[in-house]
Amino acid sequence: MNDTNWNYSDKVKEHFFNPKNVLKVSEEEYNADGVGENGSPVCGDLMRIYIKVKDNKIYDMRWKTFGCASAIGSTSMLSVMVTENGGMELEEAMKIKPDDIIKKLGGLPPNKIHCSVLGDKALRAAIKDYYRNSDQTDKINTEKESRIVCHCLNVTEDEIKMEVLEGVKDFDTLQKRTKVSTACGKCEPEVRELLDKYVKKYYIKDIYTGE
Amino acid sequence: MIYLDNNATTPLHPKVKEKIIDFLDNYGNPSSQHELGRKVRQMVEEARKNVADFLNCDPEEIIFTAGGSEANNTVIKGATSCCAFCSVSNTHIITSAIEHPSVMNTLKCLEQQNVEVTYLPVDKYGLVNPKDVRDAIRKETVLITIMYANNEIGTIQPIEEITKIANENNIPIHTDAVQAIGKIPVDLKKINIDYLSLSGHKIYGPKGIGVLFRRKGTKSLCPLISGGHQENSMRAGTENTIGIVGIGEAIKQLNLEMNSEVKKIKYLRDKLESGLKKNISNISVNGQTEKRLPGVLNVSFNDIEGESILLRLDMHGIAVSTGSACSSGSLEPSYVITALGVPAEQAHSSIRFSLGRENTEEDIDKTIIAVEETVDFLRKISAI
Repeated sequence: MNDTNWNYSDKVKEHFFNPKNVLKVSEEEYNADGVGENGSPVCGDLMRIYIKVKDNKIYDMRWKTFGCASAIGSTSMLSVMVTENGGMELEEAMKIKPDDIIKKLGGLPPNKIHCSVLGDKALRAAIKDYYRNSDQTDKINTEKESRIVCHCLNVTEDEIKMEVLEGVKDFDTLQKRTKVSTACGKCEPEVRELLDKYVKKYYIKDIYTGE
Repeated sequence: MIYLDNNATTPLHPKVKEKIIDFLDNYGNPSSQHELGRKVRQMVEEARKNVADFLNCDPEEIIFTAGGSEANNTVIKGATSCCAFCSVSNTHIITSAIEHPSVMNTLKCLEQQNVEVTYLPVDKYGLVNPKDVRDAIRKETVLITIMYANNEIGTIQPIEEITKIANENNIPIHTDAVQAIGKIPVDLKKINIDYLSLSGHKIYGPKGIGVLFRRKGTKSLCPLISGGHQENSMRAGTENTIGIVGIGEAIKQLNLEMNSEVKKIKYLRDKLESGLKKNISNISVNGQTEKRLPGVLNVSFNDIEGESILLRLDMHGIAVSTGSACSSGSLEPSYVITALGVPAEQAHSSIRFSLGRENTEEDIDKTIIAVEETVDFLRKISAI
């Protein structure tokens, strides 16, 4: 394709059409040190990541993904980020955020971010799996809990953000999907503020290029 | 380019293109009484007659609109209101769960204004049960609107039976025939539909032009666009003369070619369907029934996602569409596919091939090979 009106950046295109580091042998044969998964086929995206670790560095990462072009492209990009220059240290790899992958990809359409950039979560799961397999469970930090906004229904700020990334832009839809502020309703002004904040953050342009 | 997305839009018929080019200098307003205007008026009326002849109705019953969506909006909003902004509440409309968005979202909008809507379910083939229509009728029912054939899966509804039920109960019936026209015979003398919508660009005509058929003697509808007396005061604004001349020619060509084209298209669709089934494992046809448009094939390639398939086929120069959430920009996969009882993950894997008059046997052979290669590639990297 020579057209320039593609929805995706050239980097996404490159990684989608020629994905790097796909697991080509069987799981048994590859014999990973850690395996992690994220997503669900019902939602249209599922990815599994396999890592090999030596001297606290990921020297090889393989993956398999069910999903759209940005799901495939972003997992492929992640595999390159993690393994280039002799491999990333586990602590560094644990800190990778969707924004880091998005930046490397040269941006993604906003509605693709939450549904398709799941690689960082699958990678963290793989690293934790490695820690468990190698008796280093002390290194598994329980992730900092996100702040609860709606105390009646236990809805966190993170959840609201994720809903926006899935394409929710108005309060009614958010409420329908999360039940937020449907009990006492006290949190509604704050929820509306957060919704507004994230919509402005992610949807100001057609392409979100990361912070 | 192998174009297999003819349900989205079609290329202009060469005769239509020629007709439009020849017409372009005729700038007269058909409402003007001088020669320039009269000449264009005559051409507009010729086009209207072509449409009426094809549908077997009276030219007076043909209203030109800006497309199928406008025709659908005119009927649905008109049936519940004295004008588009003062709808009468406590009315009821019956429709199906798999209508086009221009019907669905218009009804959703009316629901906000206290119009009640019954969305009838469909079976695994996408068929509405006429008995369900009968059972849904209430004394407040002001309209039954059921599409003639579905855009995503091609299922053809039992419109004749549904029309009989509507007629028996004295309820106006509308059908969105945008996908049916030009593919299956629609005879408005044989079938007593009150309102019917069709679109120019789905039948090798130009975009921005459509038709609303309104049977004589049915309830007059309040126009969506008020103004001058054009189109029998049903659609104000100076006529889209280029579009009208174009759709008139497109319909004239349908009259000449439809039977032979449809035979060819059905043959090619069946070849594509059997080729894919033979060469690729673990696939399922969505809405597979004899009562299906001749050019439509909707397939789920299980374990891989539709947008990926679409974009890789695009790389091969093959144009298709998908019911996956990813390419629609919405959060959910196609509501048409899931209404069949197909699980969401399978709906994400669906691809629609829709054939047209320009497709050849060679296109189909190449497509089968490209799809096989694409599915194989994506399945190898799939996590399922």
